[in-house]
Amino acid sequence: MSFREEHELHKRRFGRNLGLGLVLAGFVALVFGMTIAKVSDDGFAVPKIEQGEN
Amino acid sequence: MSDASLNTASPVSRAQEGEAGFGDFFALLKPRVMTLVVFTALVGLLAAPVGVHPVIGFAAILFIAVGGGAAGALNMWWESDIDALMKRTQKRPIPAGKVTRDEAFAFGITLAVMSVVMLWLATNALAAGILAFTIFFYVVIYTIGLKRWTPQNIVIGGAAGAFPPMIGWAAATGTVSLESVLMFALIFMWTPPHFWALALFMRGDYDTAGVPMLTVTHGRRATRVHILVYTVLLAALAIGAGFTGIGGPVYLAVAVVFNALFLRDAIAIWRRDEDQAEADNYRVEKRAFKLSLWYLFAHFTAILAEAALGGFGLGGWS
Repeated sequence: MSFREEHELHKRRFGRNLGLGLVLAGFVALVFGMTIAKVSDDGFAVPKIEQGEN
Repeated sequence: MSDASLNTASPVSRAQEGEAGFGDFFALLKPRVMTLVVFTALVGLLAAPVGVHPVIGFAAILFIAVGGGAAGALNMWWESDIDALMKRTQKRPIPAGKVTRDEAFAFGITLAVMSVVMLWLATNALAAGILAFTIFFYVVIYTIGLKRWTPQNIVIGGAAGAFPPMIGWAAATGTVSLESVLMFALIFMWTPPHFWALALFMRGDYDTAGVPMLTVTHGRRATRVHILVYTVLLAALAIGAGFTGIGGPVYLAVAVVFNALFLRDAIAIWRRDEDQAEADNYRVEKRAFKLSLWYLFAHFTAILAEAALGGFGLGGWS
């Protein structure tokens, strides 16, 4: 079994995938941070569920 | 031709077509324009009288920037035909063959929807609504609708660039107020003299692309008059804003100095004719353009300074 020679295109694809991966990881961290900030807010309250409501 | 040769030929041919890298997609977001969006939106957010959690503030600025970038990508999608004709824009990802028009459209639409929804979740519906309107205004009203039809395109396009501080303010307060409208008006009135000064010394490009710039449709003399009129109106607005909630002694001092300098250059541009301008290679027009960049930066920094001083009981007129 032989490995194909790496083309410049593969490097570019790797760079694009790595960049996208980092952006997505950052996005996850940001949404997590926003959640913590929102639930830590003084005005935050879990919505009440009325009796008899589905 | 064997299967093996097909397999090896495919990536090479795609590379020759120019498969996009991460940087090419980032370039679609117009990062230089984005810096202005980030800065002015940040000032709008921080100048607001309501405090915001740092993470929420960061998220708000990020999604405003992404929304602005999405509008830039959709602008490049629509304008790829004229971008290919102008020297200034020939190296953009679509005319350079690195990103296809379909890819740019999908990228722009996805980011536009995502930025609006995320800004809504992070802050409030009003801020998200203004961001959605800004993207719609820039892409549909300005880029697709009016840019190629009216010499007032710069004035109309300037409105889209003027919304970010208003979005930042709305993200913090959930309202639109006189202060945020004044910040909008400051950028709106600043954009025409800023771009027309550039258009005077960057000759040729817009003629080639058939975009009806004022310099072409109404002539360079009329453009010089327009620059002066807009600068006078801008000066009145900028100095008047010094006596409102976003103003104060620091802002007023900055506004007086920069408006005096900008007016001096606008008058000089108005008094010159083309022969004089060509004789010194558009020295005054270039100086006015450079000054206009510092002008906006100085005014918004001064608004920020007044807000920061307010934290110590020193800002504004109280």
